[in-house]
Amino acid sequence: MTNANDFILTMNSISKTFPGVNALENVDFALRRGEIHALIGENGAGKSTLIKVLTGVEKPDSGSIELDGKPVQVRSPQHSQEIGISTVYQEINLCTNISVAENIMLGYESHRFGAIDWKKMNAFAVQALKRLDIDIDVTQSLGNYSIAIQQMVAIARALEVSSAKILILDEPTSSLDVNEANRLFDLMQKLKGEGLGIIFITHFLDQVYQVSDRITVLRNGKLVGTYGTASLPRVELIAKMLGRSLTDLDKVSKAKSTSEQKGDKERLLEAKGLARAGSLKPFDIELHENEVVGIAGLLGSGRTEMANLLFGIDTPDEGTLTLNGRLINHFSPLGSLENGIALCPEDRKAEGIVGDLTIRENIILALQARNGWFKFLSIQKQYEIADKYILLLGISTPSPDQLVKNLSGGNQQKVILARWLATNPQVLILDEPTRGIDVGAKAEIQKLVIDLAKEGKSCVFISSELEEVLRTSHRIIVLRDRKKAAEYPGDVDDQTIIQTMAGDL
Amino acid sequence: MKNNAPLLKRIRENRIFWPLVALTLILITDAIFAPGFFKIGIVDGHLFGNLIDVFNNSAPLMLVAIGMTMVIATGGVDLSVGAVIAISAAMGAVLINPALGTKLISNDILTKDATNTPLWLIVLADLGAGTLCGLWNGLLVSRGKIQPMVATLILMVAGRGIAQLITNGQIMTIYYTPYFYFGNGFILGLPVSIYIVAVVFLFAWILVRKTSIGMFIEAVGGNARATYYSGISEKNIKLFAYVFCGFCAAIAGLILSSYVHSADGNNNGLNYELDAILAVVIGGTLMSGGRFSLLASVIGALVIWTFTITMYTFGVPANALLAGRAVLVLVVILLYSDYARRFLNRLVDRKGSQHGTTN
Repeated sequence: MTNANDFILTMNSISKTFPGVNALENVDFALRRGEIHALIGENGAGKSTLIKVLTGVEKPDSGSIELDGKPVQVRSPQHSQEIGISTVYQEINLCTNISVAENIMLGYESHRFGAIDWKKMNAFAVQALKRLDIDIDVTQSLGNYSIAIQQMVAIARALEVSSAKILILDEPTSSLDVNEANRLFDLMQKLKGEGLGIIFITHFLDQVYQVSDRITVLRNGKLVGTYGTASLPRVELIAKMLGRSLTDLDKVSKAKSTSEQKGDKERLLEAKGLARAGSLKPFDIELHENEVVGIAGLLGSGRTEMANLLFGIDTPDEGTLTLNGRLINHFSPLGSLENGIALCPEDRKAEGIVGDLTIRENIILALQARNGWFKFLSIQKQYEIADKYILLLGISTPSPDQLVKNLSGGNQQKVILARWLATNPQVLILDEPTRGIDVGAKAEIQKLVIDLAKEGKSCVFISSELEEVLRTSHRIIVLRDRKKAAEYPGDVDDQTIIQTMAGDL
Repeated sequence: MKNNAPLLKRIRENRIFWPLVALTLILITDAIFAPGFFKIGIVDGHLFGNLIDVFNNSAPLMLVAIGMTMVIATGGVDLSVGAVIAISAAMGAVLINPALGTKLISNDILTKDATNTPLWLIVLADLGAGTLCGLWNGLLVSRGKIQPMVATLILMVAGRGIAQLITNGQIMTIYYTPYFYFGNGFILGLPVSIYIVAVVFLFAWILVRKTSIGMFIEAVGGNARATYYSGISEKNIKLFAYVFCGFCAAIAGLILSSYVHSADGNNNGLNYELDAILAVVIGGTLMSGGRFSLLASVIGALVIWTFTITMYTFGVPANALLAGRAVLVLVVILLYSDYARRFLNRLVDRKGSQHGTTN
């Protein structure tokens, strides 16, 4: 067994709450000296919040951090570097227009007679890169080198200027090809040999198994567990990421079963070989009325890309999309709106709500867009519609004149749902409608989706939580690597889906 | 259900509250230190006095501020309005007598009512030129995806050049009497420009509040991406705002050139873009876009000109005027900062609650 001295870093029961969301709930995390520790979880699992707490960007509400056995309070990102915690972010935080040496030494330049001592600086930079087995001309501007080299320069800077004990790599491989990634992994192994603790965040599970020693899984802001990589099969890892405590088949499932078996279902929307380069490989999908089609797949499997293609945010390169047997030629949100297709987008803040407008205005926005500039809904009518949906969806607010930005995540989601329901769509695509909202509101929205299908609508339910996809859907499509991997009936067991996602089936 | 906030708070949260406070403060200062400020006499059957001057002088700025409000509400800005004013003025002058620019004509052959172009065509050409400028800006921003400040900077610089090309590089004096009506005429004792502002304001208000355009503008300014996802063409909304802004600037150019009897590519509407932005800011519309109030911006323009005329009344020399204005800007910016707002709100709320307990 390991003794306490092995740990370079321990984080004990860290909690952090943002308005309406428990971002982290009593999460423990421990990093050993000389290990590569993968931090895994879907969007909203709490990975980035945990890292933000560790690097001083966010202050935890409770919990303690020990570095080298001594308690520390990380005050700011600057402070975290000073105490030896360095981070290399997904988007490289370097300047491509200045030289490699300047990038490494920025803010720590060597001076001589008040002027920058270029010779010394360049020599130092060469030294820093040599430690990583990189031999390049440090006087060239950084932009002349590949992303992989830039990534390593970022690491060199992180190691050299702050003499890091802990290195955090946040999705470092997302823009690297296989060879470049392998080179990075060699480097990570070397640094590990030097006794560095490395926290590796990625959503590429292959890479987790390739380099990491241990894995910590987070889900919904809670710690699922920390495991030795060798002792955790991939299928089990995915199951842990997605969560599948199907012990309690609640009223949502009951609602679903009563809405099933309605006999012949009218085909509404049909995609054949629909594809867009760099976004989604050709896929077929048929949507019927009275039906919820669940889309399951890991992050980056093409879930959102599919929703964007169906709704006309993106224009497909090939394939056809037909609605009620009629070919759709023109792809735009307005066109989809007129065709009775609606999309509740994945990113609620950036693509959904208009925070500075009131609930009423947010709700009538799409309806008014369909009516055009000059057929203005009277204020009376607007209040009527708003009041109706506030009541129907149970949006908790003192008034329809409340600004949407003041609502909780769940209520904001309901407002967006209301916006689209007000247009009475035939096909309703919901991309992660329950992300970042509390459990009660989640169940409400799931139930609502099933009720809408019961009324004859066709719903597409996209979620990274397998449990809720299983609970709400009559049919489940599994995406993997930006294409459709398989399609299952709604009563499929979770094990099959997880194996399909992992590529074992 | 709605309007359940206390009356005092509701008044304070009204968009025109702060601009009105600023205006009132300036007027109170006038009342104390320059009692003559409010005197209104009748000369030649027209009302006459500082207050009338304020209205007459601020009319072009009010018009530009109306257009600018819409542009700023979409999250943009239009730096070219001053140049558009110059283009519109030049257009008018050159159409009244195309020969003016090319040949030196002695004054005696110019009769007061001589023109080569009917008045309606002159007005139409003025407005058309400005609207076209707005269209250009709008296309650059909405279709060309150029940052508004950069896109409109092009016309801000080029526009004065265009105006000079139109007038052949000369300052053109206008001798045509009917044209003077827009800037100097009176109807029922009040300047014609006030009526023009009223008509344009009403038109703009109906356009934004009685159609869905106003809400779409606010939505685009608040979150353009979400607005696009909701099926609204944010491009067309932005295009509309710039076109309307150009149209407003053109009317301002018409009034200004009529008021000063000349078209000068270098000086017509100089610094109007900055004054218009200031008027909109005083009106409480955020530079980042979103919620807006046309009336508040119009009051903002009034604040600027009341302040200016007040400075004149106090005998502040013209060359110190800009420094005085800087003080106004500083005070406004400080008053509108979050910190000052919170402080004032706390102050008023505490007083309000003390009031409540004593009652």
